[in-house]
Amino acid sequence: MTDATSAQLAAPVALAAQMRAEKTRRNRRAAILKHIFLIAACFVMIYPLLWMIASSLKPNNEIFGQLSLIPSDPQWNNYTRGWNALPVSFTNFFWNSSIITVLSVIGNVLSCSFAAYAFARLEFSGKTIWFALMMMTLMIPYHVVLIPQYLTFLQLGWVNTYLPLVVPRFLASDAFFIFLMIQFFRQLPRELDEAAMIDGCSPFKIYWAIILPLSLPAMTTAAIFSFIWTWEDFLGPLVYLNDIKDYTVPLALRMFLSQDSVSEYGQMFAMSVLSILPIIIFFVIFQRFIIRGIAMSGMK
Amino acid sequence: MSFQSRLRRSMPGYVFLTPWLIGFFLLSIFPILASLYLSFTDYDTVRAPEWIGLENYQYMFEFDYRFWQSLKVTFLFVFLSVPAKLIFALIVAMVLDKGIRAVGWYRALFYLPSILGGSIAVAILWRQLFNADGVINSALRVFGIQGPYWLSDPSYSLYTLVVLAVWQFGSPMLIFLAGLRAIPQDLYEAAEIDAATPARKFFAITVPMLAPVIFFNLVLQMIEAFKSFSGAFIISGGTGAPLDSLLFFTVYLFSEAFSYFRMGYASALGWVLLIIIAVFTAIAFWTSKYWVHYENERG
Repeated sequence: MTDATSAQLAAPVALAAQMRAEKTRRNRRAAILKHIFLIAACFVMIYPLLWMIASSLKPNNEIFGQLSLIPSDPQWNNYTRGWNALPVSFTNFFWNSSIITVLSVIGNVLSCSFAAYAFARLEFSGKTIWFALMMMTLMIPYHVVLIPQYLTFLQLGWVNTYLPLVVPRFLASDAFFIFLMIQFFRQLPRELDEAAMIDGCSPFKIYWAIILPLSLPAMTTAAIFSFIWTWEDFLGPLVYLNDIKDYTVPLALRMFLSQDSVSEYGQMFAMSVLSILPIIIFFVIFQRFIIRGIAMSGMK
Repeated sequence: MSFQSRLRRSMPGYVFLTPWLIGFFLLSIFPILASLYLSFTDYDTVRAPEWIGLENYQYMFEFDYRFWQSLKVTFLFVFLSVPAKLIFALIVAMVLDKGIRAVGWYRALFYLPSILGGSIAVAILWRQLFNADGVINSALRVFGIQGPYWLSDPSYSLYTLVVLAVWQFGSPMLIFLAGLRAIPQDLYEAAEIDAATPARKFFAITVPMLAPVIFFNLVLQMIEAFKSFSGAFIISGGTGAPLDSLLFFTVYLFSEAFSYFRMGYASALGWVLLIIIAVFTAIAFWTSKYWVHYENERG
């Protein structure tokens, strides 16, 4: 073979390789552009939160009119002073929020998984109608039922206690979670229940020993969302709690605003940061569950 | 099957359903009916409710300018924030969809604001960001723009809440992302062979294939937007100030009920909200048959 023929043979191969290289180069350039866009967009998204953290460490005169995120002289005592800035210390508010949140999470997971198990795995007369009604409650805006619920709890003498915030959670009041769990339960193989039934398991045993352990991802998702929503809830505590000693963290934060002498912005931001810290920690740990939960049910 | 055996067969189901059934009657059915009844009364929680027929509704529609103002504010908010939020969500989802490393990180960071969105800390943060000498105006000043008094100027205040809502585009974005992943790639490959432009691919493949997801996001976000409360409540100091420009429907309802204890009137407002949401959802479903086609319907 002469050099000339081998060069002739190589030409199309070289051309193909060149085209391929051109394409990867173009793809890489597109990828770099995308990353630049995404990083810039992420920064814009996260900047307000970073600014809040930065402001929690700044002295008052540095908070306003400044874009910079670096405090000249970090004021760590914004945290200690903010903790005690209100007539009642934040120890109380965090404790109150924790009690309400933990009870709500337990209530939601238990009662909603009960209802979901019935709808997804058991046969009973009237099931279709109840299911339709359950789905309809998803539509009702909370503001419509709020007033009669408030009046009922008022008559029961429950206003100014945690009962109106906790008891409904044990009555499967959040249909979103029922819906989420039904979706998950339906994916589990039916044969499991049938085999267990033949072995003489009661429906309760099947629920407890088979369905629940297999549904840990769904239970975790519901628990996380339940935690976040209860922790952030503002309207409920605003309506039902009037005594500052019973206030939750969101109500306490609002007090910083209603004080006439709002001059301690650094302290207000310090407490704001602490108030969202549990949510951020949960988010970092359970991020995958949360994102899968969204894709599965379309919750907010 | 005899009644008894049917009863025995249904027993376990109803046992498991009991907590929900109690909740359903006590927390949904009864309150809904009670609120309908109360909406025809004058009730201040001290004296017994007094039946006044349609007077609440009549007053609302004929004389209550704050009711009309709150409707205007809420509708403006819904029509501005929902489309903007969905467009942002779709753009970012499409950028994240293909050939990007570290998708998980981006996804998480874009979603974080949504998870914090309802918190009072974020509402307080927003108040300070949009202050006259806040960060937003400092940033604008870098570009030589003198920013307005976002929060005290009624012609701008609503936009701060729209921005707050759009900032939380994370959850529709995640749903779009799942939807984009489900579009068969061979459709795009076929379009490439036909040398279709990116715009053509977007409108001829992506949008129609994504229509059910767009519809789902639209309905969900619309309902959420009609109900939004805490942000407007905190930023307006609970009153809808300045000049009622942040008087969201829910804020007005809350103040009628819990500041003035006009429970009957507030119940009537609640029913109006229920009907508005129902009507808009119905319209969305009704129009959807013209633009949403589900894969399995084509056969």
